[in-house]
Formats: sequence, structure tokens, C-alpha cells
Amino acid sequence: MSMIFGVPLAVLAGQLLIGVINGAFYALLSLGLAVIFGLLKIINFAHGAMYMLGAMSTVILFDSLGVNYWVALFLAPLLVGAVGVVIEYFLLRRIAGQDHIYSLLLTFGVALLLGGVLTNIYGVSGLRYAMPDVFQGGMKLGFMFLPYYRLWVIVMALLVCFGTWFMIEKTKLGAYLRAGTEDSQLMQGFGINVPLLISLTYGFGVMLAAFAGVLAAPIYSVTPVMGSHILITVFAVVVIGGMGSIGGAIITGILMGVIEGLTKTFYPPASSAVIFLVMVVVLMFRPSGLFGKEA
Amino acid sequence: MTMMKKLLTSAVATAMMVGGAQAAVSNDTVKIGYLADMSGTYRDLAGPNGMKALEMAIADFGGKVNGAKIEVVSADDRNSPDVASSTVRRWVENENVDLVAGLVASSVSIAVSDILEENDKLGIVSGSAASSITNEHCTPNHIHYVYDTYPLANGTASAVVKEGGKTWYILTADYAFGHALEGDVTRVVEANGGEIIGTLRHPFPTPDFSSFILQAQASGADVVALANAGADTTNAINTASEFGVTQSGQTLAALLLFLTDVHALGVDAAQGIQLTTGWYWDMNDETRAWSDRFEEETGVRPTMVHAGIYSSTMQYLKAVEATGSDDAQTVRKQMMDTPINDMFAKNGKIRADGRMVHDMYLAEVKTPAESKGEWDLYKILRTIPADEAYRPLSESKCPLVTSK
Repeated sequence: MSMIFGVPLAVLAGQLLIGVINGAFYALLSLGLAVIFGLLKIINFAHGAMYMLGAMSTVILFDSLGVNYWVALFLAPLLVGAVGVVIEYFLLRRIAGQDHIYSLLLTFGVALLLGGVLTNIYGVSGLRYAMPDVFQGGMKLGFMFLPYYRLWVIVMALLVCFGTWFMIEKTKLGAYLRAGTEDSQLMQGFGINVPLLISLTYGFGVMLAAFAGVLAAPIYSVTPVMGSHILITVFAVVVIGGMGSIGGAIITGILMGVIEGLTKTFYPPASSAVIFLVMVVVLMFRPSGLFGKEA
Repeated sequence: MTMMKKLLTSAVATAMMVGGAQAAVSNDTVKIGYLADMSGTYRDLAGPNGMKALEMAIADFGGKVNGAKIEVVSADDRNSPDVASSTVRRWVENENVDLVAGLVASSVSIAVSDILEENDKLGIVSGSAASSITNEHCTPNHIHYVYDTYPLANGTASAVVKEGGKTWYILTADYAFGHALEGDVTRVVEANGGEIIGTLRHPFPTPDFSSFILQAQASGADVVALANAGADTTNAINTASEFGVTQSGQTLAALLLFLTDVHALGVDAAQGIQLTTGWYWDMNDETRAWSDRFEEETGVRPTMVHAGIYSSTMQYLKAVEATGSDDAQTVRKQMMDTPINDMFAKNGKIRADGRMVHDMYLAEVKTPAESKGEWDLYKILRTIPADEAYRPLSESKCPLVTSK
């Protein structure tokens, strides 16, 4: 078997594929953050909590009402999106136009509250969620065993990422959004309801996080603290990609998944730090990120 | 000046005489600080419910010891040795805390034991796993109660090797506890004629295990061993089942599983997994009776750590009562001289290195057909006698043992 730096090629191929799958998760999560920051200039520290809410509500909907995975795939993001709209309407709106640090602290507080309350009710050992039957098993690829569900994750994540990019960058609705955040008074003069647009944008960004949460429910431990672990990593991804760059968040997400995957193969103990190392290097040479516009 | 000096000397001398007599409980209060992970990965196995167990012990003891009142304070260590150190320093230096109980993450316990030694206060470690806590990190100021990595390896690893698992690949949590467990497992596997063909140290905590499980599969080892704990272990077990580890003929060995982990996994996912435990709620009438009371308080069945916190607090209070003192060395000596016979342990004893040795149990997770309830999770396969389970004192690196 051919080897690269002491690692068999087949193992490396498997690791790359896994990296892309994890990267698709990062892409989905950082996309929501990038949408919220890019359009609303809100640093959404509640994003991890929204991801957690997506996963938790999937499990809770199933346990209490028997709602299956397919329904949850739509219902959970809608519910969490509604929570997002409420947070925007009652809290974030009050500090609109203030320094970024206010939105950061406020959303961080919301995340701590949600995490704390749910920890008190459900504990942290993890809620059980069975894999839907269609996804049981997987395929043998020669170099690895690929569970069907991981294939589904990557397809869904990429579809949603592309759809979001297309909607914001290429459609009329996207144009309204971008214009509304650029000059809201002018847009209101044209008869566009800008405050509603802002609420819906925040809700949408949060829905993306919740969607990632539903995708995560069958494969990761669903706990009230699951969001806090991933939040910081995802922020690093957004910073590397360039705060606010939609396409940049997607490409960087996948790229970081692969880099992390390779680190897990060659030197596992560094795998939780490598993304931050990349962040430091990128910030040294391109302070506005790989895909960010120079300020 | 000389007058002053004389006064001071006599004051010190008087203080020493009083101290030497050790007749009384300081401040007329026995103050216990409960330190644990109250909100993170290790919350459920000890956490707020461990605090309940501690309060149950105090209530059962009568709320007072020799007329002195018993006070409890608690704090969340967030699994951080730094947070833990500053909390315990404040407790023992400014707030007259006599005993630090709980103590879950091994890195926390090791950091705290140094501060306890500096201030000559007592700590009882109930949640930590690293066997190094009473080996190279032993101090005359702490006791390690419930279990450690040595019997975990002895129980589970030797059972799996004997069933034919000769080559091992270990996934290790990259901190004190994981390293200790990896070391103990390596020793047991090699002593039983097995071989370690690879180890991988993963960050703590790791949310996604797919990459590591893939590497374990590629190693071709008979056994994939998990030297980690809490959410890391349940995540790894779930991912292993998703990637078909056992279907491809490899055995999965989880070296540290708590009742709460197995409960979270469910018997469908966890059935057949062998594990070593220091205690199980459904062993006899005594354990069941206490567990019923615990469940009334908390809504869940107790882990071995919860039971250990109750038992060790009782032992501590009895020792304070018997000696009439809350001085760390006096109480520790009394606890070492008193065998432990309660619902947690039979003929348990605390050795010179601070290790409480008692019988351990090799258990297997029941199948869905065998399990008759939410918490009916283990069947006990074998009792591992105390002397066989724990590291013998003859192998100890603890100065308290070797210098004798």
C-alpha cells in the first residue's frame, strides 16, 4: 500500500472524506453567522445555542409528540427560527446601532440562559435519538465504510448552503436584504418594511443553525452544552473566511473541516487547536480574512 | 521589644498546647466544601446530585457533630484546575473549610490536593479516575474513595483479553486521567499476553469521533478500547456503531462508563458492553433502599460516585465525632483505622497512600430483553476482590508508603 508520511493512502482518503463531511457542518453553521453578521452587523454568540435548540427540539418533539425525523427537519428549524425572531424583536432591536460588543454580550447571555435552563431539566449525559431506519447501514467504498447518514448530511448541507448563497447574492429578495442593511431609510422610503426584513433575516440565520442541529441529532450526543463546544470553532471559521462573506464562510467551512481531518490523522492532540492556528496566520497576513473585503 | 517578643512566644506556646490537645472542632463548625463539575461534561455522574447525596449524609448523621454545626458550601469547578485551585484556596485560607468533597476531573483533584497539603486540610476524592492521585500524586491530605483506573483496567481489560482480544488500539482522552488509564490498560493487556498496536490521544472534549474511529478500524486491532469518559465515551460508542466497528469483527471496550452514560446510550446501543464499577444500585436490599431514597430526592438512580460521596461523608463525620476534632491528620488517621462497612462497601479500608480499597465488580450491560426498567442496566458478572483490584502497595510510588 502506498504511504504518505507514514499514513496509508486508503486511510488518508477516508480522513479527507470525513473532513469534508465535518466541514459541511462547519459551513452550515458559519453560513448562518455570516448572514447575521454580514446583513445585520450582529455578532451572534447565541448561534451555538440555536444549533443546540435545533437538536434538542428534534429529540423532544419525537419523545413527547412522536414527530419523526422528516417532519422535524422542517419543523425544528421553523420553531427555533421563531425563537430567533422573538429574540430579535424583544432584545436585539433595543440595541440596534450600538457597538458590536453589545450584541455579542446580549446573545452570549441568551446562550448561557438557554443552556443553563435546559441543563437543569435534561442534564448533560445526552438525550437518545435513534437513527431513522432508511439510514441504517452504509456502503463499503474500498478505503472506508461510509454510513449512509453521513452522505445525507453532506448532500443536505451543501444544498442548503448553495441555496442560501444563491438567494442572498442572486435574487431580488436578497437584493432587498442587502440594500435594507446598507441604507434602511432609503429602503423604507421605497415602501419596504425594513424592521420586518431584519427580524426575518435573524430568524433565517438562526434557522440554518437549527437545521445543522437536526442533522446532528442522530450522530452526536444531544446535550444542552453541545453548542458551546462548536461555537468558538465556527467563529474562527467565520473570521478566517472574512466576517460577513457568505461564499467565504461556506468555502472556509469545508476547507477547515479538511484541515482538521488531516490534523486528526497526523497529530491528533493538535486537532482542536489547528483551526485557531490557521486563524492567527490568516489574520497576520490578511486581517479581513481570506474572502473579506479590505476595510 | 523583648517584652513584645516574650508575649508573642508565650502566645504561640499556648496556641501550640491547645493545638496539641486537639480537643475541639475549629470555630465550633465543621465546614464541608463540595467542589464538582456542576454544568459540564461530568455534571450528571456527580454534580448537583452529588451535593444531594452529601446533604443526605449530613441529615442522616443528625445535622450536628458533637454539638458543632455542619455547614456546606459548593462551587462549580468547570473542570478547570485553575478555577478549582482558586476556589479551594479561598475556602481553606479565608472561609475555614475543613473538608473538600466531590472532586471529579482528575486534573482538578491533583491541583486541589497540593493546596490541601499546603494548608493541612482534608480532601476526599470521589469522582476522579486517575490512579496517579494516590500514587505519584499522593499527599497526606487526601483520600481517594470510589474507584480508579487501576481496577478499571484490571477488571475490563483482563476480561476482554481472556475472551480472545489480543491486539489493542486505544483511544485516549488527552489529559491526566486518560494517560493514567492508558498506562494501566497497557500494563494489564501486556501482562495477560496481549499487545497494544496503537494509541491515539484525542483532545478533551471531542464532539466528533468519526476520524478517530476510522483510524481505529484501519488499525485492524481485535479490540478498540476507549480510555475516556462521559460524553466522549458515549459519542465514541455511538460513532463506532454508526461506522460498523463491531460488525467488522472488532470488539469495543469502554474502560470507564457510569450508570448515567449507559442510561443515555440506552440498552439498544450499549447492550453487551463490559465495564468495571465500584458499586451498582441494584446489588442488594441495602443498596436498593438507599437508592430509592436518593431517587426520591433527585428523580434519578445514583451512580457509584453519588453513593461514594454519601458513604465517605458519613465516614468523615463519624471520624470527627470519634476524635472530637476536625484537624486533618487526626481525622484521616481515625478514618484509616476504621474499616468501612455500609451500603457502599464491605470491609473497605483506607491505606497509607490514601487509597480506599474495596471490592469492585465486572458488569455487563443488559440486553433490551433482560432490562426490566429504565435503570435496570447492569448484570454483575464477577466480584473483583479488593486486594486483586487495586494497585498493591508493593508497587506504589507514593512517598508515604515507600519512605516507611
